[in-house]
Amino acid sequence: MMLVHLPVFLVTIPIVASLLILAAGWHDRRFCHPIALATVLFQFGAAVVLLFGVMRGGPIHYHVGGWAPPLGIELVIDSFNGFILIVILLLSAAAVVYAKRSVEKEIPADKTVSFYVLFQLLITGLVGMTITGDIFNLYVFLEISSISAYTLISAARRPHSYVASFNYLVLGSIAAGFILLGIGNLYVATGSLNMRELAVMLPASYELATVHSAFLFLMIGFSIKAAVFPLHLWLPDAYAESPSVVTVLISTVMAKVSVYALFRILFTVFTTAYILDSFPVTGIVLFIAAVAIIAGAVLAIGQDDLKRLLAYSSVSQIGYIMFALGVANQIALEGGLLHILGHAVMKGCLFMVAGLIIYRMGTSRLSELKGVAKTMPVSCAAFALAGASMIGIPPTIGFMSKYYLVLGAFEAGHYLYAAVLLVGSLLAAVYIWKFIEVAYFGHPHGEEHGHAAGGGRNDRGKREAPLSMLAPVVTLALLCLILGMGVEVLMENVIGPAVTLLLGGA
Amino acid sequence: MADLSALLPAATIAIPLLGAGLILATGRHENIRESVTIAAALAMLGTVLAMLPAILGGGKISLTLLPMVPGGDFALRVDAFGMVFALTAAVLWLLNSFYAIGYMRALKEHAQTRFFFCLAVAIAAAVGIAFSANLVTLFLFYEVLTIITYPLVVHIETPAAMKAGRKYLTYLLIGGIFLLAATILTYLLTGTTEFVPGGFLAGSGAALTLQVLFLLFMVGFVKAAWMPLHGWLPAAMIAPTPVSAFLHAVAVVTAGVFGIVRVAGWVYGMPLMASLGLGVALAAIASFTIITASLFALAEDNLKRRLAYSTVSQLSYILLGVSMLSVAGMTGAMVHIPFHAFMKITLFFVAGAVIVAAGRERISDMKGLGRKMPVTALMFSAAAIGICGLPPLCGIHSKIFLMVGAVEGGMPVLLLVIIASAVLNAAYFLPIIYTMLVDRPADPHALDGVAEPPLIMLVPIVLTAALSVLFFFNPSVPFMDLVQIAIGEITAGGLP
Repeated sequence: MMLVHLPVFLVTIPIVASLLILAAGWHDRRFCHPIALATVLFQFGAAVVLLFGVMRGGPIHYHVGGWAPPLGIELVIDSFNGFILIVILLLSAAAVVYAKRSVEKEIPADKTVSFYVLFQLLITGLVGMTITGDIFNLYVFLEISSISAYTLISAARRPHSYVASFNYLVLGSIAAGFILLGIGNLYVATGSLNMRELAVMLPASYELATVHSAFLFLMIGFSIKAAVFPLHLWLPDAYAESPSVVTVLISTVMAKVSVYALFRILFTVFTTAYILDSFPVTGIVLFIAAVAIIAGAVLAIGQDDLKRLLAYSSVSQIGYIMFALGVANQIALEGGLLHILGHAVMKGCLFMVAGLIIYRMGTSRLSELKGVAKTMPVSCAAFALAGASMIGIPPTIGFMSKYYLVLGAFEAGHYLYAAVLLVGSLLAAVYIWKFIEVAYFGHPHGEEHGHAAGGGRNDRGKREAPLSMLAPVVTLALLCLILGMGVEVLMENVIGPAVTLLLGGA
Repeated sequence: MADLSALLPAATIAIPLLGAGLILATGRHENIRESVTIAAALAMLGTVLAMLPAILGGGKISLTLLPMVPGGDFALRVDAFGMVFALTAAVLWLLNSFYAIGYMRALKEHAQTRFFFCLAVAIAAAVGIAFSANLVTLFLFYEVLTIITYPLVVHIETPAAMKAGRKYLTYLLIGGIFLLAATILTYLLTGTTEFVPGGFLAGSGAALTLQVLFLLFMVGFVKAAWMPLHGWLPAAMIAPTPVSAFLHAVAVVTAGVFGIVRVAGWVYGMPLMASLGLGVALAAIASFTIITASLFALAEDNLKRRLAYSTVSQLSYILLGVSMLSVAGMTGAMVHIPFHAFMKITLFFVAGAVIVAAGRERISDMKGLGRKMPVTALMFSAAAIGICGLPPLCGIHSKIFLMVGAVEGGMPVLLLVIIASAVLNAAYFLPIIYTMLVDRPADPHALDGVAEPPLIMLVPIVLTAALSVLFFFNPSVPFMDLVQIAIGEITAGGLP
């Protein structure tokens, strides 16, 4: 039965596909996109099948090559990473659809093939990180995705994109070094690299300095990768200077997988007993998260470039997810996981709109985008909807995760931190409104205010971006609303069990 | 049939939303677009009226649409008090639609599709607030109302308008956050946010907690424009007049006071309010607002802004009625919501008509206007005396109830507030009437060419004024009856 091997196909088939892209693309560049699209759709389909399998029959364990865990690599899919898998592949699929015209516009034709190869490898590396049950294997996939990402960021070929890529390379390598040290320490302490085994063996050595330092190394390493404030310094440049579609991918999929890895290490490898009792970090995580929420949002407000504004907003939003980690009760973590989904969908949508605007208007500077909503009404409406979700206006998904987070914080008695969360959403309103005001109520130079526009009949030509780019944008924007309305179904079937799993430390 | 009538609340909200979608789709063809607005307004009024007999019979219509978050499903429940708000909104949306079409066309305003789209969504949100079965659902519609009215406020898109718009959003979004915090706290204290006649908070927390919670609710309902959190309302007067009329005399501010009454009667309950001393606190806020806002109104020369301060002052009558924690006070408060709305919208309609017909906004420029626009000026005068609380307009009913309530609730000092306010009302309205009807302009030719506004605007003005008179002679159908039912529900568990 081939279905049994589905977990490993999730990684191997895309790797083969990336070679296929290289070979076929050599022959004719037009083959690249269909192959990439078919692959990501296969992955998404497989992820859906796997998640349903998990929901019915519990976690799926797959031993690569038939080698049992202590020796061989184990792939594990449970309700937590099954959910993450769906999120990242949904966003990847949207990004690949979006990529076609965006790449044609932004990437030199002779680099198209290598771009798609790396794009495919990036997605594959991230999927691998998500499904592996082996921490060294996690590191290998982390490096695959990171190296692809460094290259893709510089593919924009703007003067500053090389600097952005290099900065990220340096910080990313430091992070990778930390992570490797952490893994090494854990191996020294226990002699195992399998996550499940570690979880069983570690409690005996919880008081060892080796384990404490391993924990810190891993925390810091993954915090750099996830751009947790104040380790976010690589992020704004990397997001703002990449090609549009790369921004979409790294801001949603890659950021979420890094956060996932952090959660996985904290809850599955170390278990709640460690992070609450042996090495209490939740207090400091909560504090850092609160600072991140406010600082990211304040920095976002100060930006004039739309992509950079959204990048700082990500710093703030990562803070929301870390906030859940800091509160660490059932309901807050539910909110945190929901926000992983919600933020991926809305930020993906917002960055895609930024890409559409660059595609049509050639700039993402707010001061040059006055009245852009008249030219691109559908894109801007999508931005407004996803933006409302970012602010947390009900009934969008952004409101629902905020509600759970605040409820969790109240329940844990963190009233002040809950207030920070609410202030953060107010600041989000300010930076989202910067664009809304410019796009909808700004007047391009030379056009009179108000009445002189005359009955609204002198529509300047509407020039939306191509349909293949617009469709994923609209889909994601509507998802903000649909997921918000259907949040109860998600909570009941997927997120609730996932959080129980995390807190149970299984 | 039973199934169908259970869906009426959802239909009432869905109809304007559907209309909004069609307005966007037909935006290029003005006449079709305007027909959609009118058709949606008529259809919505129809569904509201269809529910009226059941509600007047003491029934309720409940409908759970979706499970949402812990603390509240997305659920609707139509009761007598919600009906008061919904019916007011439905009737006035219809009249306001005709008026707005005339106004926007006469001034050749831009972005009319956006305007009518936002207005339709806003009315859906307002009715949603009226029909919310719990705090979470109410919060949902409350936030939607905030966001969707923003484009209406900044409609003219000048820098001044954008600045006013920012002020508007700042106040209302911060308010929204307080409301959210209050909602979540209520859920944590009691495990529910479902409105229960007579309240459900009693005994769920320390007195201080519940007092702080009430403060959160008060700041949350900043749409009620109580002082000193009223700054957004005069600022929002930069909007086109139909917006000022409808949203700032009917939907938005009413949503605020509606929320406070809801919380007082259906979350706290009057006995709990009394034992926490919240009545006195609310009375202090309301009295301060009533007097101060009236003084501000005296100093305004811009007609719309004077009306805005008058609104601030009048809204606090409703809060004052609640603060008395007595049957008569509560009756006066509830019935003042529709009665004030009908009179105030007449005044705003006239202010807009003067802008369209004569291009004037300042009261000092309106000398002798009544000679050229006699009907308009007469309607203004009628509604203005109504607000002052004189017959034969409906305003006197709410005032009498408030006065009785002040005595009944053991706060006779509030009588002084009501009387002082009546004097101030007269002081800021009578000069306008004098200016319009009696005074003559310095330049005899200044008003040449000024005439009554087009019929599409004049008829709604006359109708709202006529309804205000009608409610004087017959207050019980349907508003007073509805209010009596609502009062009966919330006092069933006893009075303070």
